[in-house]
Amino acid sequence: MTPLAISACTLTTALGPGRVATLEALQAQRTGLAPVTFMDLPLPTWVGEVAGVDAAALPPSLAKFDCRNNRLAWLGLQQDGFLEAVAAARARWGAGRVAVFLGTSTSGLLQTELAYRRRSPEGALPADFLYGPTQNTYSVAAFAAQALQLNGPSWVVSTACSSSAKVFGTAARMIEAGLIDAAVVGGVDSLCLTTLYGFNSLELLSDEICRPWGASRKGLSIGEAAAFALVERQPQQAPQGWLLGVGESNDGYHMSSPHPEGLGAIAAMRGALADAGLQPADIDYINLHGTATPSNDAAEDNAVSTVFGVGTPCSSTKGATGHTLGAAGGIEAVIALLAIQNGLMPAGLNVEERDPALKLNYLQRNQRASVRRVLSNSFGFGGSNASLVFGEAA
Amino acid sequence: MSDLKVWVQGIGLLGPGLNAWPTSLGVLRGTELHANTPTVLPLPARLPPAERRRAGAAVKLAMAVADEAVAHAHVDPATLATVFASSSGECANCHALCEALATPAPVVSPTKFTNSVHNASSGAWHIAVASRASSTSLCAFDGSFGAGLIEAAISVRSSGQPVLLVASDSPYPEPLNSARPLPDHFGAALLFTATSTDRSLASLTISLGSAKHVAELPNASLDALRRAIPAAAVLPLLVALAQGTSQAVAIDYLPDLGLQVNVEPVLQPETA
Repeated sequence: MTPLAISACTLTTALGPGRVATLEALQAQRTGLAPVTFMDLPLPTWVGEVAGVDAAALPPSLAKFDCRNNRLAWLGLQQDGFLEAVAAARARWGAGRVAVFLGTSTSGLLQTELAYRRRSPEGALPADFLYGPTQNTYSVAAFAAQALQLNGPSWVVSTACSSSAKVFGTAARMIEAGLIDAAVVGGVDSLCLTTLYGFNSLELLSDEICRPWGASRKGLSIGEAAAFALVERQPQQAPQGWLLGVGESNDGYHMSSPHPEGLGAIAAMRGALADAGLQPADIDYINLHGTATPSNDAAEDNAVSTVFGVGTPCSSTKGATGHTLGAAGGIEAVIALLAIQNGLMPAGLNVEERDPALKLNYLQRNQRASVRRVLSNSFGFGGSNASLVFGEAA
Repeated sequence: MSDLKVWVQGIGLLGPGLNAWPTSLGVLRGTELHANTPTVLPLPARLPPAERRRAGAAVKLAMAVADEAVAHAHVDPATLATVFASSSGECANCHALCEALATPAPVVSPTKFTNSVHNASSGAWHIAVASRASSTSLCAFDGSFGAGLIEAAISVRSSGQPVLLVASDSPYPEPLNSARPLPDHFGAALLFTATSTDRSLASLTISLGSAKHVAELPNASLDALRRAIPAAAVLPLLVALAQGTSQAVAIDYLPDLGLQVNVEPVLQPETA
């Protein structure tokens, strides 16, 4: 692909709002995870809850979109000068030539879960429940488009935990096809009962902090996050970085377990490298999907070593942020750009004793080095895989 | 801007009174009355028995129209990239989860949770046909078909490879049905290629523009379906393909943004 400029980017996770808070936490090797206090849930698990979501009131004109997911989106949009960067792109290209493609798996589902608890004796949902602007999967893109005053094409990609990686591919194809000149991409996923109880029912939640690549890893810690990036046909100023390649595949194997040898993941990584015109040796650091489930980390270790060998430094940042599901690809894209900008390969946290069966060069401490190109992996339920390559222009 | 042009190789259709593409031609043309009988969802024969048991309405519907389009186009689904567009995914499942989560000590079915993802139909299809090709699942509320059509067309353009577009919607049970009323199941699938083949039914040239009035369909009850179910926004395109004449078709997408599709027939529907 033609390298695509990333003019602006931002992320809000349990590590804090914006890039500076994130970078400081990564540099300090600090986790944002803590035992769950969200809604006083009686689940034995840790979560990456974002502080200040409830206080992020939506502008009155957008009140119909009010739900946790859109409050998190609004909190995220207000960081790092992102609103101003989009306003400049809107002025430059025209509101109809800037698209909004976001990933989410939860959307505002919490709103529906809470509405079910307020059903009338006849079983009806409360009158204040608005399906379209909150629960519907498209809600966060509709909200963002209106908040950003954009009326180009928009939709939500919802492919579970690869959602907000895949939107980068959509934006690249749309710009290449000449249908748009710029796009706001990213993802927003928020804590809700369905994901917490659902992953618990699958016995994929750890009852302690998640330990990607650890010998005693038991599963994931769920997080919530908002990440946004502005991609443009040509940058106006020096961009934050460049999208160099996108690889997408499916496992075609199982709904909730990865292919044991990671065949789909291998296809996604090779696709991204080919799209970027790069060789495996050109990648300085790999941000792994690394959920800390026994099966994901084993399959991904196999897949990455098949493509790259075992020398390339890599880590999962989910020990810091939690697994933010539909937002994971987006936040890890911004972390990839932070790694390039700051020469920082972030450590994978909470490993304790690493799993001797896993072969990769997994970083347990931060490593400072020139980072020119990063590959980021995102894999999801339904066997959906996406790999992205970020870096300097080829 | 280069034209966004794809070639239609195969069609699948299932909805109220619409049981398959070839048997629906008369209704689409308006030469036969539309019997608004409830959609009957077939069991997905392609799925392994365990997955077949777990398949909900959304998976059955998507698989049925995907199967028909692939058979019509005579392509091997094992290498086929896909785009699944839906406003809401597996609705009965969503209701069951919300109901369980409203109890004092929630117990959630792991199978229902797994199938609650918006890409459940995509996952089931790619397992069934053992395809590792790329697949996207997307949503744009009432504009989900339009979004899917654009994503499928740009994917054909950038890869040069065939892409299967599946647009489908199933109704919610109550109480969600009152908040989001959808009258019945409706699905359609279109198989696109980048260049014409000896099986091409028509070419479609797709452009974005201001939202235009979508012409009423020849059959009033079909037009009611178009207005009521997001995936049925495909109907004006299917009517044009059934009529087999050159025409410009307006398709609903977003409130301020519409799609125009210029349809150029190659083969008459009966011969393709």
